[in-house]
Amino acid sequence: MKGRLILENGLVFEGKVFGYIEQSVGEVVFNTSMTGYQEILTDPSYYGQMVVMTYPMIGNYGLNLDDLESDGGKVRGLIIKEPAKLPNNFRCEMTLEGYLRQHKIIGFKGIDTRHLTKVIRDKGVMKGIITTEELTQEQIKKEIGKFSNLEAVSIVSTKNTYEMPCNKKEVVAKIGMIDYGIKRNIIRSFHEKGCDLTVFPWDVTAKEVLEHNIDGIFLSNGPGDPAQLKEVVEEIKKMIGKKPIVGICLGHQLLAIALGGSTMKLKFGHRGANHPVKDLEKNKIFITSQNHGYVVDKIPEGVDVTQINLNDNSIEGMKDYKNKIASVQYHPEASPGPKDSKYIFDDFIKLIKEA
Amino acid sequence: MLDKSIKKTLVIGSGPIVIGQGAEFDYSGTQACETLKEEGIEVVLINSNPATIMTDKEVADRIYIEPITLEYVKKVIEKEKPDSVLVGMGGQTALNMAIELEESGLLKKHGIKVLGSSIKSIKRGEDRDLFREAMDKINEPTIESAIVENLEDGLKFANKVGYPLIVRPAYTLGGTGGGMADDEEQLKNILLKGLVLSRVGQVLVEKSILGWKEVEYEVMRDENGNKITVCNMENIDPVGIHTGDSIVVAPSQTLSDKDYQMLRTSALNIIEEIGIVGGCNVQFALHPDSFEYAIIEINPRVSRSSALASKATGYPIARVATKLSLGYTLDEIKNDVTGKTYACFEPALDYIVVKIPKWPFDKFMKADRRLGTKMMATGEVMAIGNNFESAFLKGVRSLEIGQYGLEHSVSKSMSLEQLKKRIVNPNDERIFDLAEMLRRGYTKSMLQKLTGMDPFFMEKLQWIVGQEEILKKTKLSDLTKKKLKNWKKKGFSDKAISNFMGIEEEDLVVKRKSLGVIPVYKMVDTCAGEFEATSSYFYSTYDDVDEVEVSNKRKIIVVGSGPIRIGQGIEFDYCTVHTVKTLKKLNIETIIINNNPETVSTDFSTADKLYFEPLVLEDVMNIIEKEKPEGVILQFGGQTAIKLANDLHRLGVNIIGTSAKNVDRAEDREKFEEVLEKLNIKRPKGKGVWKVQDGIDEGNRLGYPVLVRPSYVLGGQGMEICYEEKNLKMYLEDSFIRDPKNPVLVDKYLNGIEIEVDAICDLEDVLIPGVMEHLERAGIHSGDSITVYPQQNLYEGTEEKILEITKKLAKELEVIGMMNIQFIAYEGEIYIIEVNLRSSRTVPYISKVSGVPMIELSTKIMNGEKLKNLGYGVGLYKKPDIVAVKVPVFSTEKLGGVEVSLGPEMKSTGEVLGVGKTVDEAIYKGLVGGYRIHDIKNKKILATIKESDREEFLSLAKRLKNQGCELIGTKGTAKFLNDNGIVCGGVNKINEESPNIIDKLKNQKIDLLINTPTKANDAQRDGFKIRRTAIEYGVEVMTSLDTLGAVLNIIESKIDKEDLEIFDISKL
Repeated sequence: MKGRLILENGLVFEGKVFGYIEQSVGEVVFNTSMTGYQEILTDPSYYGQMVVMTYPMIGNYGLNLDDLESDGGKVRGLIIKEPAKLPNNFRCEMTLEGYLRQHKIIGFKGIDTRHLTKVIRDKGVMKGIITTEELTQEQIKKEIGKFSNLEAVSIVSTKNTYEMPCNKKEVVAKIGMIDYGIKRNIIRSFHEKGCDLTVFPWDVTAKEVLEHNIDGIFLSNGPGDPAQLKEVVEEIKKMIGKKPIVGICLGHQLLAIALGGSTMKLKFGHRGANHPVKDLEKNKIFITSQNHGYVVDKIPEGVDVTQINLNDNSIEGMKDYKNKIASVQYHPEASPGPKDSKYIFDDFIKLIKEA
Repeated sequence: MLDKSIKKTLVIGSGPIVIGQGAEFDYSGTQACETLKEEGIEVVLINSNPATIMTDKEVADRIYIEPITLEYVKKVIEKEKPDSVLVGMGGQTALNMAIELEESGLLKKHGIKVLGSSIKSIKRGEDRDLFREAMDKINEPTIESAIVENLEDGLKFANKVGYPLIVRPAYTLGGTGGGMADDEEQLKNILLKGLVLSRVGQVLVEKSILGWKEVEYEVMRDENGNKITVCNMENIDPVGIHTGDSIVVAPSQTLSDKDYQMLRTSALNIIEEIGIVGGCNVQFALHPDSFEYAIIEINPRVSRSSALASKATGYPIARVATKLSLGYTLDEIKNDVTGKTYACFEPALDYIVVKIPKWPFDKFMKADRRLGTKMMATGEVMAIGNNFESAFLKGVRSLEIGQYGLEHSVSKSMSLEQLKKRIVNPNDERIFDLAEMLRRGYTKSMLQKLTGMDPFFMEKLQWIVGQEEILKKTKLSDLTKKKLKNWKKKGFSDKAISNFMGIEEEDLVVKRKSLGVIPVYKMVDTCAGEFEATSSYFYSTYDDVDEVEVSNKRKIIVVGSGPIRIGQGIEFDYCTVHTVKTLKKLNIETIIINNNPETVSTDFSTADKLYFEPLVLEDVMNIIEKEKPEGVILQFGGQTAIKLANDLHRLGVNIIGTSAKNVDRAEDREKFEEVLEKLNIKRPKGKGVWKVQDGIDEGNRLGYPVLVRPSYVLGGQGMEICYEEKNLKMYLEDSFIRDPKNPVLVDKYLNGIEIEVDAICDLEDVLIPGVMEHLERAGIHSGDSITVYPQQNLYEGTEEKILEITKKLAKELEVIGMMNIQFIAYEGEIYIIEVNLRSSRTVPYISKVSGVPMIELSTKIMNGEKLKNLGYGVGLYKKPDIVAVKVPVFSTEKLGGVEVSLGPEMKSTGEVLGVGKTVDEAIYKGLVGGYRIHDIKNKKILATIKESDREEFLSLAKRLKNQGCELIGTKGTAKFLNDNGIVCGGVNKINEESPNIIDKLKNQKIDLLINTPTKANDAQRDGFKIRRTAIEYGVEVMTSLDTLGAVLNIIESKIDKEDLEIFDISKL
């Protein structure tokens, strides 16, 4: 079925819709990973966004029930050049089209995705609407204007606190995890290392967290602008110094703000599986998986930058030795992307245990 | 950080082009030399292959076109005293040499540092035992296997794990001597050959993992231990077919992120453990139904795959690897494409790349075409598209096998039963067989079972076939913009669409343009558009937005020569690159169109713009219409480019240099005869005949021997020499049964000296840089002859006669630029055999030795300059003080069923140069460099000489005896020699009892087989079998007595081999 993607600057792409066909509005971002569309679709950090895959052929190996990063699709729309007709892989359980339909995500295909990518690169990320209707300028403006992603974290986070034991004989650490939209592979990664987890909702108070019998706190990834999460930051401030705190992505940004730093929005974000990050402590470079639109631009006082992005020198990791805080901007849990920086989980656990 | 102690580096090249080691090492070697020079390091180069860019003055400081053997590398080291050596750019040849250098103690003695991966690392990557030990240490799975040094151990292992088994000799190239054994008999056969061919007498016998997916990763590591993956690639053909013979896509298509990352992590762990510094290729077998995988092998160096990965991604692996070997780390090297980011990242592709091998079977129709673990392709094409279908169909039409779609006449003529048989024993036409089966409704699932190919690809083929069927029912009036655009997006060529629709291509093109369906061009930028890039590397799509900025500058398009094949090799890439360099000097914008990923011309830094596109009319014309250049240059792109001349001319394109009309006058036999008649130039007598009896009459009129060939062929295909009526009759009967519609040409065969010249012409003057003489007498293809420059045996005044004829032809054919002519000097007369109005195989070699920059001069002339003003004079150029000999190198042992003996059909894949003070010295060095027999003292020689040659052989046999050789011969030959007083032992014939001639060859009791064949190309004949057995078991074969004479001259001239001088070709 014919459809259109209309960007907020008025640019129109004519293509075809597929999957779950219902008009959708979101922030249009691009991802340069050549594999991992399933993980991307289900990553809660993409909540509110429509993702353009720069790789032109998507769905080739289908989807399965093991590689989901949350309970279902999280993106507002998936924009691709061409979906696979006959996916194949020994674990393939569903087609892309089927999965999108199941999870009520609109797909948009058949456009010059490279051109769209370059528009976003040059003009910055912007909102867009995928529709099958003939909308007037006014309607478009109105629909796009209605879009807000302020509630994203509250929507993707757990509503209740729950326990996730690792079921290993020897438990290395007990970690309290605040879920701003956590990816499943972070949980799997801590489990593999032998950590028992208590998962809290995003709006948990510091008091409640600290009342639990935990060795340290983990702040998860998640969608949206960290600067908008003022109450969350206030609660984090209350935990600083009480327990070791580690964080990934949004968790990292929130920590930076809580410690007195600040964040800014990147023009078009970092989304891909090929970002070189230098670990300044190890003096080594690791290729990382990334998905963030905001970045820490001012490092808090007394906090060390431990990792930087080699492409644009942005901050990728920090440590506050005094308060036992460490965090990274990228995704050491990969999924999708390279697993080179899995060691970060060991570093986190070490920091928590040292306390 | 740059290691500042490195001041002078010896770079070892890869030597002659053979199957498995091709032009890709000129690409990597050139990048390496240029990178070293950029760093201010003095570059000393040794490479025996003169047809390369890397052996150019501009590329290295000191250039030794000398044999790559320990002896000669040692001479270079002693003369030049380099402080370091770079061995990772010259393929297996350079790696093996590195190990020899180390083992000989030379490196230690001269304090030479090995740049990049250490010798220890190289050995751990190459030696089967050490490698497996390393893999066991880091728990990386290898395939159940045994390293065996004799037959018994091999059989023992086979009894343990069962068949089928794969055999791979250690330290060989492209799987030479390897193969798959289904039973004990086959294992014995392959194992014995493999043991002989391995440098160390080691063979790996492994459990077959037939049908697993084959996936490769190109990875890099710096000395700090930073590691990246440049690219991964998936073979469409599963394990069982050598990766060089597989259709390959990049990136992988059917691997999930979990599969992809699992193998990526493994590849990085492996190079960490091995200790690679630079580039490395890791090959995996991945079980199609589980996460189980195994490492097939690694190549601790740049490779054919890394060249492909470089072109597929825009990431210059060889350049970066060279920098890493100098001590830089990945984060210290800029990404030239973006100018902003660093080499320390992983390219993101927003397109798909398909590589298809180019096999020599269009030339060798009777060869055993079955694909297996031994590589047979001579080259490859690459195509880029943003869907599989478009990249694949672009690749298919780039092959120059007359295929524009998937409908193939051979496959079409077969029954389903036959097709089924063919796809389980795949040959080069499997993809067309599969398409045909799908067309007839055979199920994808059964095809997957039979071939192991992923259904994902099968579905793509089926879709293409389905569209072809729809096209057959489509009329021109049915074509809507939407329909046509969709087919164009999926890569269907105008030619295919119009053929299927049964209309003229021109009509379709008109309609297509009227509908506004024209291609746009997208950039290869390493980063999928994430960063602004300055790349000038493009491919076509039928999307909406074009990324090419067309300039207003003066500009010229240079059409490349496509995939490397026998008869059209790397030398044409040399010419393409040089014309571009000259145009740049003339301040003209340069645009290259080519489709060969192995070459320097497709290095995106060579021309101002690179269009990686098929070299067929449609794709070339689209670029011309877009760029609107002042003209196109075709004469440096071999036959691939030249054959576009007529069509481009018809479409009003300015062909720079000699006109299309005159090219045609030289190519068309009848028109060319008119030219010769008019100019009163002699050619061997003969005519075309349509009946057997007419041919025999003509033969009798001319007198034997006669040269016969079908009239429509190029490059000597199907040519033969008939010595008697019996042979001629057989040939004629054969030909008319196969093709009654075309005549056979019967020419007088002149048993004279073959002479070749390349001339540069400007309508007024002609410059001949050198007159070359072929060592083997006429009748052997010029590409397969040993070529001597300057000529040695011509009568006084012959060169002047040649100049006169050349001038006459140049004037008549209005040649602007290059011309190549082949003559025969016979009984004091000069006859012309062939004229090509383009550059030729000998251009790089003569340019280097004579010092005349032939392509540069030609390019300048094509742009209006005059020879007399270019500083190299006119007429015959002065002769050098040295003698330079081009020696052909063959890969025939890798092509089962292919005739070994030399004849009118070209067989060599590469060449080396021998430079000496005398012709004997030069030939000697050429033979050493080509790894051919060069020392004939005390050898055991098996001779089987045809009757008409025996008289001539007699004196050679005496000379062999004088050198202490022992002769054995087949019945006739032995009797003849014994009757004439030369002792010659006998040997049983093929069908007689053991040990017969075949056993003798297999058991290595023979050093050389001298065989002059009575009838070539007949696999049923004993001679053919004897020759094949010899080369397959590593016994050198000589089929021309001229070659034998030359080798004897060398030993009799008593040249002092120890004391032979080496020459810096840049200082001649």
